[in-house]
Amino acid sequence: MEWRGVAIRDTFAEAFDMYAARVVITAGSAAWARTAGQAMTGFATSVIGCKVEAGIEGDLDPAATPDGRPGISLLVFGVDQAGLTTRLLDRIGQTVLTCPTTACFDGLPDAASRAPVGGVLRHFGDRFQSSKVIDGVRYWRIPVMEGEFLIQETFGIQKAIGGGNLLILGADQKSALAAAEAAATAMRAVRGVILPFPGGIVRAGSKIGARRYKSMIASTNDAFCPTLRGRVGVDSALPENVNAVLEIVVDGLDRPAIEDSLRAGIDAACRPGVVAITAGNYGGKLGKHHFRLHDLCASWSTST
Amino acid sequence: MTLTLQQQPTVPLEAEVLSPDVIAPLGLDAVRALPVFHGKRQRRLDEFFSVVGSPGDDLEIEGDLRKVKWIGRGMTRGRVAVRGDVGMHLGAYMKGGSIEVTGSASDWVGGEMSGGTIRISGNAGGQIGAAYRGSSTGMADGTIVVGGSAGLEVGMRMKRGIIVIGGPVRDFAGLQMKGGTIVLGAGAELRTGAWMMRGTIVSLKPIPIMPTFAYASTYTPTFLRILARHLATLGVTLPTDDAKGSYHRYNGDSSVPGKGELFVWSASAEASARQG
Repeated sequence: MEWRGVAIRDTFAEAFDMYAARVVITAGSAAWARTAGQAMTGFATSVIGCKVEAGIEGDLDPAATPDGRPGISLLVFGVDQAGLTTRLLDRIGQTVLTCPTTACFDGLPDAASRAPVGGVLRHFGDRFQSSKVIDGVRYWRIPVMEGEFLIQETFGIQKAIGGGNLLILGADQKSALAAAEAAATAMRAVRGVILPFPGGIVRAGSKIGARRYKSMIASTNDAFCPTLRGRVGVDSALPENVNAVLEIVVDGLDRPAIEDSLRAGIDAACRPGVVAITAGNYGGKLGKHHFRLHDLCASWSTST
Repeated sequence: MTLTLQQQPTVPLEAEVLSPDVIAPLGLDAVRALPVFHGKRQRRLDEFFSVVGSPGDDLEIEGDLRKVKWIGRGMTRGRVAVRGDVGMHLGAYMKGGSIEVTGSASDWVGGEMSGGTIRISGNAGGQIGAAYRGSSTGMADGTIVVGGSAGLEVGMRMKRGIIVIGGPVRDFAGLQMKGGTIVLGAGAELRTGAWMMRGTIVSLKPIPIMPTFAYASTYTPTFLRILARHLATLGVTLPTDDAKGSYHRYNGDSSVPGKGELFVWSASAEASARQG
């Protein structure tokens, strides 16, 4: 099918089960909340190399935060609950506790599974810490040189989905990037998802394993590398008029959030200079969550 | 269901049956026959109260109830609305639900309660949320809000929960406190926080600070912002606007030695003077 002259291929994005936590950081100003959020979600593009995938879900108005200060909402994804808990401890301990004026809250209060984040980080207080229970929720107050760091005792962890994706096939690098930027902006506007890569966009899409380096768990996605088109041994997925491909990976708290995000991304990416939109998968053998692009766009009035 | 006091007791009337947990499962006749103790004598409830309506979790109790004790004792659910003044031990050992009083209450409101909410529009007596004599721990959770004044030993040995007193409070607020939070909207008289081991006392007016409390710093802790949001749902205003002021923190009671804290609100100009 086509949408605004851009071919949308009849394929699907293949995604995987993950576990997610939502971390709400507040601070004395929106700028400091964002600083803490950026620090905490840094170097968290892929579980392949970072053990965790994280990103900023959105800014929060003071009216929407537990302490009435400006805030930011983050989503953190891991492959298992224990690993995710460890990463939360590492990242909050090193990047939020240390950041001026911040406090840290759970954003998934209804999640049955709880990770004892504040309950462990409190030990930084060297027994000078104290707790306070307000409206049934326990908070830990850790004395720091600037005053107090406040953190909720437990954080909710829920099942989630990671690895939804789009591949934007552009006539040139400039067009592909402009489309990817537009798509990333539209996808980020959906609540419950994050785009873990830099600016939400990844140029180094990967395939599982490697042809020649057997110890590697991932290597370049040669089928989508324009410079390898025509090379012996490469089964290129790119037509001749495609000279740059950019991928957007999306992790979400549930399937509807990812569907909404992908749909918004496809719509935004269909613009001049884009040849086609497709998605990455492994034949449906590895991930149980399949997002068929044509199904996502089924409600659009299209020319097929 | 509405219960109206028709016959004023000549001595205190112990009426712990006035609780949703007791009344809700019963029929109307059984409710009227519930036992109350007029002094040492057991009587029927309907010898003192008219009982109208269907038994349920929502009770309205009307009249001059100053001699009626133990209303809502140990209740776990439902709502009790008292139209008028009420006697001692209101909501003692309460675990859940809510009690609202339009008038004033006597001593021992919420004694050793562990959940639920008690709101009193008028004044209250002493020992609010306190431990009974010989008991090691007072209030273990829940919320008590008194619009007016309160008496001695508010929150004595309380461990968790929140007590808010809008008016002035007498001596020994937070005596031997073990945890939880007391908010004093109009300050207190002497020895606030005496022997407190842990917990928080917030005063929005200047109070006499015992020499066993040491000034620590001036700031607005983040947990007070969360508490302010929670209290706002109960109609209580706790200032947290940095532009308007902040809190002097005092640590104590060092005679125990304790890890408690007193926060005393200080408007901006005063805060600046102290820091300068």
